[in-house]
Amino acid sequence: MINIFEVNETNEMIEKENLDVRTITLGISLIDCITDDLDKLKENIFNKITVKAKDLVTTGREIEKEFGIPIVNKRISVTPVSIIGASACKSPDDFAQIAGVLDEAAAKVGVNFIGGYSALVSKGMMKAEEMLIRSIPKALSSTKLVCSSVNLGSTRTGINMDAVRLMGQIIKDTAEATKETDSIGCAKLVVFCNAPDDNPFMAGAFHGVTEADAVINVGVSGPGVVNTVLKKVRGESFEVLCETIKKTAFKVTRVGQLVAGEASRRLDIPFGIVDLSLAPTPAVGDSVADILCEIGLECVGAPGTTAALALLNDQVKKGGVMASSYVGGLSGAFIPVSEDKGMIDAVETGSLTLEKLEAMTCVCSVGLDMIAIPGDTKASTISGIIADEMAIGMVNQKTTAVRLIPVVGKGVGDKAEFGGLLGYAPIMPVNQYSCESFINRKGRIPAPIHSFKN
Amino acid sequence: MKKTIITVVGRDTVGIIARVCTYLANNRINILDISQTIVQGYFNMMMIVDMNDSSKPFGDISDELAQIGEEIGVVIRCQREDIFKSMHRV
Repeated sequence: MINIFEVNETNEMIEKENLDVRTITLGISLIDCITDDLDKLKENIFNKITVKAKDLVTTGREIEKEFGIPIVNKRISVTPVSIIGASACKSPDDFAQIAGVLDEAAAKVGVNFIGGYSALVSKGMMKAEEMLIRSIPKALSSTKLVCSSVNLGSTRTGINMDAVRLMGQIIKDTAEATKETDSIGCAKLVVFCNAPDDNPFMAGAFHGVTEADAVINVGVSGPGVVNTVLKKVRGESFEVLCETIKKTAFKVTRVGQLVAGEASRRLDIPFGIVDLSLAPTPAVGDSVADILCEIGLECVGAPGTTAALALLNDQVKKGGVMASSYVGGLSGAFIPVSEDKGMIDAVETGSLTLEKLEAMTCVCSVGLDMIAIPGDTKASTISGIIADEMAIGMVNQKTTAVRLIPVVGKGVGDKAEFGGLLGYAPIMPVNQYSCESFINRKGRIPAPIHSFKN
Repeated sequence: MKKTIITVVGRDTVGIIARVCTYLANNRINILDISQTIVQGYFNMMMIVDMNDSSKPFGDISDELAQIGEEIGVVIRCQREDIFKSMHRV
C-alpha cells in the first residue's frame, strides 16, 4: 500500500518543484474537411474542431482536480493546412482566412493554442504550400491562438534551400507585422528539420498525415524536480548522477502516462504518445539551465555545457522510455532562451552566445528556440542561421528547429517582453558577416550519405 | 474499488482528525487506513479512503474538504490513489 512518505514526495514535487503536465494536445485530422469551396471548407473545419474538442478543456480540468496535478495547457493540433487548403485556396489571403477559422474554433473550445498552420516542404514546394508560407505574416498577426510551422529539410530529402531563403524573409515580415508587441508573431512560428508527426508542443505541433482521425498526445515537464533531487547528489560520481536523473525522469513520465491514459479513456480518443520532455518556464526553480549548473557548471555556456546537456538529455530519455507505453514527439530537454530564467541570466552575463546555443542543439531536443535577435538582422542572415540548424538535424538524424524573433526597433542591450509562458529575452548579438551569396543560390542541399560515419 | 488519498498538513491543533472523520462519515466515505506523523511541529496525516458509497461527485468532496481545512487552519487535499501508484510502483 502507498505510504505517507511516497505521498509527501509526490505532493512536494507538485507544490514546491513545479511538477506539472505541460500539455494535453488533441490531434485532429482535417483531411475529411477538404473541398474546393472555400466557404464550405471553413465551415467543415470549424465544425470538425469544435465537435471533436468540445470536452477537451473540461476533461483536462477534471483530471487536474482528481489527481491533484496541474495540466498547464490544453491544445489542439491539426493536419498541415497547406494540404487541407490546397484545393480551395487560390491566394495567400484565402489561406489567412483559414487561420481565422482555426482561431475562432480554438477560442470556442477554450484551448490556449492551435497548431498546424503548417507546410511540409523538405524537398519541394507545391503552389499551395508557397501560398500558405507567404500568408504566415498576415495569419499570425491577425490571430491570437494560431501557431505555424514549416518543415524545411530532413535526413532523407536534404534541405530545401529555396524554402529556407523564403522563410528568412517571412520571419522578418512576421516580426514587422507584429512590431507593436515586440514581434511576438515570430514566437508562434517555428521551422524544422525532421519535424515529427506527433509533437504535442507549440509552436511546432501539427497532426501528421500518418496519424489516425484524432489522437491524444501529452507533454510532461519537471525541470524543478530534477534540479531538487540533484542537490542531494552533489560531488557524487557520474554513475550516481545518471541513475538519479533516470529515476526522477521515470517518476515524472509516469504521471504523464497516467494523465494521457485518463484523457484518452474519458474523451474516447486513442492515446498517441507521451513526449519525454524537460520543458522549462520563466518561473524561478523551473529551469533546465539550473540543472546544468547543479551538474557542475558555474553558468550555462561555460566549457562542459554541451557534455552536461548531452548527459541530461540521454538520461531523461532512458528513464522516461520505460515509464510510457508509447514515446514520441520531441522527447528531450528543451533549451528555449526566453522561457528559462537560468538561460536568460546566462545570456545577460555574456556566458551564453548564439554559437554555443547552436552547439548545444546538437545533443538535445529541438534547437535555437525563443531567441531574440536585433530587428535589423538581414533576412539572408536569418536564413543562414536556419540553414546551419537544419544541417545539424539532417546530418545527425534528429529533429532540429529554429524559432528566432528579430525584434523590430530593438538591438543588443534591449529586452523583448512576450509575457506568460513565453517569458522575456535579452536581444542577442548575431555574427555580422554576410552569407547572402550562399543563401541566394537556388535549389536544395542533397540528402547526406548514410555510411562512412565520421 | 477506486481508492482516494486524503492528506492533511498544517499546524497541529485539537480536533483535526475528528473534524475530517465526521465529514467522511456523514458522506458515507469509508476509511481504509490512516497514518500520521508530526514533522517539525507540523501535523501530517494521510488517509486512504473508499468513496464508492458516497453519492457526491469527487470534485464536490474535494472542495468541501478543502473548505474544512481552511476553517481549521490546515491544508486538506484529496487525490485519486492512481497518481501515487503510477509514480512509486512499477
